[in-house]
Amino acid sequence: MADLVSHPDEVRVVSKRFGQGATDINRYLALDGYKAVQKALAMQPEAIINEVKNSGLRGRGGAGFNTGLKWSFVPKQSAKPKYILCNGDESEPGTCKDRLIFEHDPHAVIEGTMIAGLAVGAQSGYIYLRGEYRYLLEITQKAIADAYAKGFLGKNIFGSGRDFEVYWHGGAGAYEVGEESALMESLEGKRGIPRIRPPFPAVVGLWGGPTVINNAETLASVPPIIMGGAEWFANLGTPKNGGTRLFCLGGHLKKPGVYELPMGYNLKKMIYDVGGGIPNGRKLKAVVPGGSSCPLLTADEIDVPMDFDSLAKIGSMLGSGGLVVADDTTCMVKFALRIMKFYQHESCGWCIPCREGTDWLKKTLTRFHAGGGIKKDIDNIQYLSENMLGRTMCPLGDAAALPTISIVKKFRKEFEDHLEGKPCPFEKSGAARQLPVFA
Amino acid sequence: MRFSEQFESRFAEMLTHYPTKRSVLVPTLLYAQDEVGFLSEEVISELATRLELTELDVRNVISYYSMLTTKPRGKYNVQVCTNIACLLRGGEELLQHCEKKLGIRHKGTTPDGLFSLEEVECIGACSWAPAVQVNYDFHENLTNEKMEEVLEAYSRKARQ
Repeated sequence: MADLVSHPDEVRVVSKRFGQGATDINRYLALDGYKAVQKALAMQPEAIINEVKNSGLRGRGGAGFNTGLKWSFVPKQSAKPKYILCNGDESEPGTCKDRLIFEHDPHAVIEGTMIAGLAVGAQSGYIYLRGEYRYLLEITQKAIADAYAKGFLGKNIFGSGRDFEVYWHGGAGAYEVGEESALMESLEGKRGIPRIRPPFPAVVGLWGGPTVINNAETLASVPPIIMGGAEWFANLGTPKNGGTRLFCLGGHLKKPGVYELPMGYNLKKMIYDVGGGIPNGRKLKAVVPGGSSCPLLTADEIDVPMDFDSLAKIGSMLGSGGLVVADDTTCMVKFALRIMKFYQHESCGWCIPCREGTDWLKKTLTRFHAGGGIKKDIDNIQYLSENMLGRTMCPLGDAAALPTISIVKKFRKEFEDHLEGKPCPFEKSGAARQLPVFA
Repeated sequence: MRFSEQFESRFAEMLTHYPTKRSVLVPTLLYAQDEVGFLSEEVISELATRLELTELDVRNVISYYSMLTTKPRGKYNVQVCTNIACLLRGGEELLQHCEKKLGIRHKGTTPDGLFSLEEVECIGACSWAPAVQVNYDFHENLTNEKMEEVLEAYSRKARQ
């Protein structure tokens, strides 16, 4: 069980039931649970979609696409069944928010899935949880069983004459599966290899049927929107970035933790006030603003509102809300290497630029950090990364390239400091020389 | 090949959740691995038959997922995260400490079959780093001392 934290600036929408025992269905009901889905049952599907569209809710998995708009792409008539797929395959390094949602408020995800189903005319939903989250899968299995026992799921939900089924599904360890089309492949019992789009999942998804895929936090945000209204939710955030978001604060901070803050909250304040600042009297060097696939920010770039558009404007991304803060003892070459090691491990190998690029970059960065770097490598690292951009079927290639390019550009001097066989300036004992020096 | 009753009832239930049989494959492989310890030839052959797949199909899926293994490992699989959030808070030192304490390296198993060690990618504990998962249990905000206590607790559990 992960520890909960709090801060006075928090606005609790998705986390309002955290620590309240809401995994128990009766407790969830006492805390206004399953009211939103009953309200939605009395609404026209278009009205639900419009409400969510106008709320400015954007995908919390990382892409930041307007959720209501995504729902509106699902055709009204379909020969094949339609599906809702909840993405709980949280694996983006730096991100640990969906874990808390399932741990404390699984019924909110179920309710959000049901409302999404009503909006697009689907009769079944799947909740996919990553394999490592076994205890959360058990919590979710019980929550689903309890909802069936109360008659909230299955045939004729809430006496409306409509049916809705919710099923659980577990993964077995794969970052790539968090990508929507790979997620569908995995659910269908295959290797998680992405599909070429178009057709998009809203038209051809699970088993060929139209499918809406939303992150768990996105779906958990839906019931409050239905209850509180689009305007209320939109006003919590900044224009076109409605609501709040669970920010996962990690790395070199005095008070790491998951905090729910309004969209557009200032990053500097988030680091120094909410997160308590940098410990041990150290200075800030770099921030990963939204999970490891986002371009890094330097200490000079942190006076920025944390919403999708403001971060895009300064060349980064809000991503999945996972902040990793690095102080001035951090070796950025090693940081880049660790990120690349991850993407090399997780690349499914289907697209050559990603498979070969991540492997080549990992090898180059490993040699470079160990003291075997030559000057040409620095530009080569950037060149290789740039050649992965946009040349893969899913965003994993971009996810590996973007942070790497930003580190080379913003911390070039640290690469130069590793040249000519010099030991890593940040290793306490000097970098272990595992590889020959070419310089 | 016999699985537990719980496995069988869950398997039967899961088959009703999807329009195709093979959709149960990924979670079923993990549940089977939990019972047998690893995905043996026998398990692969059994699941292939049940789901009307070739063994090659099943092996193809197994090789993609990092939690699935076709080789036996220790009773307690110690998975140390060294990804960025853990890296900054001592994940690598924790891994080295585990290597020293257990006398094994990445993907190794102790001679008594009690522990295996694995360096893993992000396990979703970034705000509580550094973190380790032993089988499915999370251990967070660790130090070398706390890690030793964790390992000791599992050793005791095995002796009981």
